[in-house]
Amino acid sequence: MGEELKVIVFALGSEEYGIEVDKVRTIERLSPITRVPKTATFIKGVINLRGVVVPVIDLRGRFNLTETATTENSRIIVVSVADIEVGFIVDSANDVIDIDTDTIDLPPEIVGGIKAKYLRGIAKLGEGRLLIMLNLSEVLNKNEIIQLEQLEV
Amino acid sequence: MDMNAYLSMFIDESNDHLQSLNENLLRLESEPEELSIVQNIFRSAHTLKGMSATMGFEDLAALTHEMENVLDLVRNSKLKMDSFIFDTLFKGLDALEAMVQDIVDGGTGKADVTSIVESLQIILKSDYSASKATQAPTVAANAPSAAESSASGAMLLDEFQSSILLQSIETGHNVFHIQIAIRDNCLLKAVRAYMVFDLLERNGEVIKSDPSVQDIEQEKFNFTFTVFTISRLQQEDLQAQLLNISEIESAVVTALDAESLAVLGQSNAAAAVEVVEVAETAAPQSEAAVTSVEAAKGQARSAPAASTPANVSKTIRVDIERLDTLMNLFSELLIDRVRLEQLSSEIKRSDLTETVEHMARVSSDLQSIVLKLRMVPVDSVFNRFPRMIRDLAKSLDKKIDLVITGADTELDRTVIDEIGDPLVHLLRNSVDHGIETVEERIAAGKPETGTIFLRAFHSGNHVFIEVEEDGRGIHHERVLKTAIKNGVVTADEAKLLTPDEINMLIFAAGFSTADKISDISGRGVGLDVVRSKITSLGGNVTIDSAFGRGTKFSVQLPLTLSIISAMLIKLGSEKYAIPLSSIVETGIIRKEQILQVHGNKMIEFRNTIIPLVSLSKVLDSPDFNENDELETEIVVVRKGEKWAAVMVDEFIGQSEIVLKTLGKYLTNIKAISGATILGDGYVALIIDPNALIK
Repeated sequence: MGEELKVIVFALGSEEYGIEVDKVRTIERLSPITRVPKTATFIKGVINLRGVVVPVIDLRGRFNLTETATTENSRIIVVSVADIEVGFIVDSANDVIDIDTDTIDLPPEIVGGIKAKYLRGIAKLGEGRLLIMLNLSEVLNKNEIIQLEQLEV
Repeated sequence: MDMNAYLSMFIDESNDHLQSLNENLLRLESEPEELSIVQNIFRSAHTLKGMSATMGFEDLAALTHEMENVLDLVRNSKLKMDSFIFDTLFKGLDALEAMVQDIVDGGTGKADVTSIVESLQIILKSDYSASKATQAPTVAANAPSAAESSASGAMLLDEFQSSILLQSIETGHNVFHIQIAIRDNCLLKAVRAYMVFDLLERNGEVIKSDPSVQDIEQEKFNFTFTVFTISRLQQEDLQAQLLNISEIESAVVTALDAESLAVLGQSNAAAAVEVVEVAETAAPQSEAAVTSVEAAKGQARSAPAASTPANVSKTIRVDIERLDTLMNLFSELLIDRVRLEQLSSEIKRSDLTETVEHMARVSSDLQSIVLKLRMVPVDSVFNRFPRMIRDLAKSLDKKIDLVITGADTELDRTVIDEIGDPLVHLLRNSVDHGIETVEERIAAGKPETGTIFLRAFHSGNHVFIEVEEDGRGIHHERVLKTAIKNGVVTADEAKLLTPDEINMLIFAAGFSTADKISDISGRGVGLDVVRSKITSLGGNVTIDSAFGRGTKFSVQLPLTLSIISAMLIKLGSEKYAIPLSSIVETGIIRKEQILQVHGNKMIEFRNTIIPLVSLSKVLDSPDFNENDELETEIVVVRKGEKWAAVMVDEFIGQSEIVLKTLGKYLTNIKAISGATILGDGYVALIIDPNALIK
């Protein structure tokens, strides 16, 4: 048995993803988003999170998946990694589960169109259920955004 | 005792003492004969030494001790201050500051200060040799330092030790304070020290030594050490026997009685300093040591008034983070207030409106109090400048007086933190390029000492800081030549510039990239950085210069950065805020008033042609395009002297807004300087007008 890891499970399309619970500050329903001009398209804008202005990213857009309209189930998962606080728009937030770190395998090259560098690994939950663990520091890598900004200009 | 509890107090007080040392040394430099200043310096140094020793910062204590030794000689007119001594003391001060800073940063305050200590010891020695020649017994020459270390020793005596000494005195034993100095050419000083201890132990008991016995055994001392001992021998016998040990330079044996011990026992550092001072005045006699302690005792009683801090101000120190939290909570309240005001104007019920109005008044009072809490006198920035000007003037071989006025003017802490560097630039500039050399000044018929005025004052919602000097002024032709050479302006444009515009050229970005600054008579390096920093703070800087008579930089700053007045505007469905400080005017233009100049849209405004900026284009507005409008609202904004008209959809109105950052993920967004939360809870972005004007 490896270490126990508590993760928040959320969905994008038919895939299930996981983020360590200690990186998650809060899960919110969708609130009005203020667009921020001249940024990457996946940055939807900023929201007022109880007095704090927090940027919001469409996780589908971040992974180059086709963006879909938000629904009643859509949620904003606010994560906080190394001083950076960002909200992810996800299709739904489903569960909090414990997983055994031993069950996490290295990710294959590509998962549903997501590059391997964004992934920490894939956890097998049994009954054919797979959980894609995100590599948050890579998802929030700002260098990539800067490149995108330059492309747009 | 848990020292950590005292650490912040130690740091605060050390900084106060360092500051006072700095100021007093500077004062002393201009009035070298004024011995009362030396007294002040000595007192600060002594307290600092005591504090650092108590806190266990040995290096700090050691360096202060050496500086103190030099000051002590000056104080007793045995040494005249000269520029070498000043420089060495200033260097020592810098090292002390660095050490305290290290402690602030969580370090141990250790530093290699051997070269400074060596310089200080050279100063000491050159004097000692002189004073030894005139005063035959070595005892006399060392008397002051003995008395002094007996005072510093006092701080080291703990209650237990002094009670032992006291009991011994009461039972008729001889108690001595002994100051031993080993010859500085002695090779095995620890051995000599051992022989001293051996002698003392054979004839009595050593109660306390400074440095500790372990340190002395490991040669961790500077040829002198101090011992409290109980002995069977009489004072003369003991001294004679001690001097019999070879390579002992001097041995000052002071008999202690109950009263002198009581004086020594006072661990109050300030009181200890008093002891030393009086001891010094009594020191010239040969048996000074005994009398000095007794005289000291009398003085120490009559002097408590002097040893308590002069002005006990009724203030408390508050952690800045708590103030920030208060500020954040208050901004939440402000947002709710705006929301309530909106609701009450919609609902139109008189008792609700009254309540909301009252709440608005209370909260605006509260706002001014909260803002005042964050106000800090500019003094905290200004106080490092006298020293800087001194050093600069010295290195450039110029004579300069710095006159500071309005140092008590208060500014928000956030502004204070940012304003230091730009001011350093401006002052350096004044010293380097403004004030002439002594020869040039005499040739120009000016007094040889140049004067720089640094002023701060309030005016309306702003604070002004001025740096003015009576130097050579800005040479317009040379500035123009450099500006044209660097492509800041073309030769044709140059002809049209007004004198003020030429002055402003030295702030241009291209100007400072010129070749060596020294060949330009004007100013240059880094001034573009100064200006952009000040504008980023919401301020403004202007120049006023008369060739041959001097230059004045005038910096205008907002009182606070956290809450600003802004104009809220609409672009389609989106709302934005434009800081009021950069708005010149608002108005409406008709489509036919728009002119086309080289394909750029311009309008005529107050007899000048200014560019027309399409905000919807800059911000990629999704649902607004001013091309569809026959009449468009405009906001005229300025960046320094440049103006531009910005087209908007609709004005919402003026409002106090709380600045919020976009966080660390979204940085460097073009034309957006931050965000605010509106009364309805929506986030509105704040436009950076500077980015709209090229």
